[in-house]
Amino acid sequence: MVRYWLRKLLVIFQKEILVLPSRMAVLVFFLLLLGLPLVSDDPYLLRILILTSIFAIFAASWDLLSGFTGQVNFGHALFFGVGAYASAILHKSAHLPPGASIPIGAIAAVLAGLIIGIPCLRLKGTYLALTTLAFPIILMGVVFAFPSITGGELGISGLQRLARSNQANYYIHVIAMLVLCTSMWKITDSKMGIIFHAIREDELAVKAAGINTTRYKLTAFCLSGLFAGIAGGLYAHYMRIAGPSCLEVGLSFQVVIWCIFGGVVTIWGPVGAVFFLFPLLELFRFWPEYRMLMFALVILIFLLYMPEGIFPWIRDKLENDCPRCKVRNHAARKTCRVCAAPMH
Amino acid sequence: MFADILITGLVNGSTYALLAVGFSLIFGVARIVNIAHTAFYMVASYCIYTATYKFGLHPVVGMLIGVVVVTVFGVVTYRIFIAPVREHEAVVLIATIALAMALQEGMLLMFTGDYLSVPHLIPGFTILLGVKVFYQHVLTFAAVVVILGGLHVFLSHTRLGLAIRATAQDREVANLMGMNEGRIATITVGLSLALAAFTGAVIAPLSIVEPFMWLHPLIMMMAAVVLGGLGSMKGSFYAAYILGFAEAIIVFTVPMGAFLKGSVALSVMILVLLVRPEGLFGIAFEEER
Repeated sequence: MVRYWLRKLLVIFQKEILVLPSRMAVLVFFLLLLGLPLVSDDPYLLRILILTSIFAIFAASWDLLSGFTGQVNFGHALFFGVGAYASAILHKSAHLPPGASIPIGAIAAVLAGLIIGIPCLRLKGTYLALTTLAFPIILMGVVFAFPSITGGELGISGLQRLARSNQANYYIHVIAMLVLCTSMWKITDSKMGIIFHAIREDELAVKAAGINTTRYKLTAFCLSGLFAGIAGGLYAHYMRIAGPSCLEVGLSFQVVIWCIFGGVVTIWGPVGAVFFLFPLLELFRFWPEYRMLMFALVILIFLLYMPEGIFPWIRDKLENDCPRCKVRNHAARKTCRVCAAPMH
Repeated sequence: MFADILITGLVNGSTYALLAVGFSLIFGVARIVNIAHTAFYMVASYCIYTATYKFGLHPVVGMLIGVVVVTVFGVVTYRIFIAPVREHEAVVLIATIALAMALQEGMLLMFTGDYLSVPHLIPGFTILLGVKVFYQHVLTFAAVVVILGGLHVFLSHTRLGLAIRATAQDREVANLMGMNEGRIATITVGLSLALAAFTGAVIAPLSIVEPFMWLHPLIMMMAAVVLGGLGSMKGSFYAAYILGFAEAIIVFTVPMGAFLKGSVALSVMILVLLVRPEGLFGIAFEEER
């Protein structure tokens, strides 16, 4: 029995993963992330990777809503902030452990998704984008106006981390990121994901096919809120503070930059982009005054040459679609690996 | 209190109106959601600061220099960074965000984050209804009326204005009628940035000049544009005053109002959109295909 499964695994590895450079890259990425603490336990490096993982969840959740469904959300920091504040308040005043306060915080973010999703159903395109920008700012005003509950400008500090040691924290956050991003990718690969994608392409046609687009759009808002809320809760507990910076316009813009830079409608694009851009921004700390300027210029220049996003651009260089059966093959193959039709 | 609200509302409303009309113009013609619009407004304020304090020029000269510098600089950056990727809507969006960040950081490097102030164009004030009204306030309001009136005449009575309106209505057909669509887009970008720079010039003496001064007006400007109806300049104009007055009323009547002013103004916008999703003066499009 064990030998049967091992053999099956080996076959899958050979026939499905080894044949495509992109799949190999994902595998190497998983292994590198999971194996890193065995090689180095530099606290700074681990800290950067933990924050990168948290923001990778956040960026992927934007892609799930705005990339797939096409409901461009300029106020995605709202979900992050609601998740962070809700879990912080629950942790501090109801004394819940982080393991309970983060999921409940995420549920609060789902409710936030419903609350902003319902008025936004009637809006489209640029209207929607510019309206959603308002929500985190409204909440920020409320946060400042009730400092007794939210801590006002200082935020809620002194939260507990999920685990004591650095390595344990690293594994919790990285595995959470891998699991959540994989499940987001699976969602977009399911029937629901196909409907999301169809809504982006042509909402009227989806409606005409007898699909209740309203329900699916709301589902997208809630799902995206759930994942972004988890990211917010993780962030608050890792940084041990939930402050107004979680609701900033800058954060909402940052997530849009990550996603479009990495390539929308992919899930893996934004994750890759965060793993590229966030450490890059840390690297730029060597020249602290020029840090954000260099970051902005990197983005402007990359986009001039890769307007589809950096990762889809790389993938298109490495792999081609078979003209007959649409299966992906690596670029060097002369014939398709499934139907043996000549490529080109 | 009433006079306070009136003056603050008028000045804020005028700022938002000038910004929103410029933003609407660029959106209508070139379909660019220009996040960097208010960043250029900030750059113009810094230009005036430099011209008056570093080179000792008269504020009016500084203002003219600011408008010219920002317009030229803006058109050049548009040609380099935005024009080549114009077909990709999402990319244009983050290109303008990145541009705004770059401008903010550039100003932070050159002038540090210190709060600076700029001299009034016309010094002095008068007491009106028991409230101190600076002549700069009056000037701001007058400037808005003159500029927006001029813009209206330009758009409705000149050939170039006609071309701009035609391009806003239908890019492809305008192109077929022999209007150089790319050139009109560039001209519109220049025009809209000149408006932003001019706003910066009139408002800089009334506010503090700092590298993050673009964020709040950006949000209110976008709110005004959405509230008024995208691409409708009349709508942007009225909506800007509605938001300006909503802010002023909250600041002066509610405790902790300064924190809540943005929230309430934006909630007003969302409530209106719930009733009229296309904004106050927007046209309800048939299902677009």
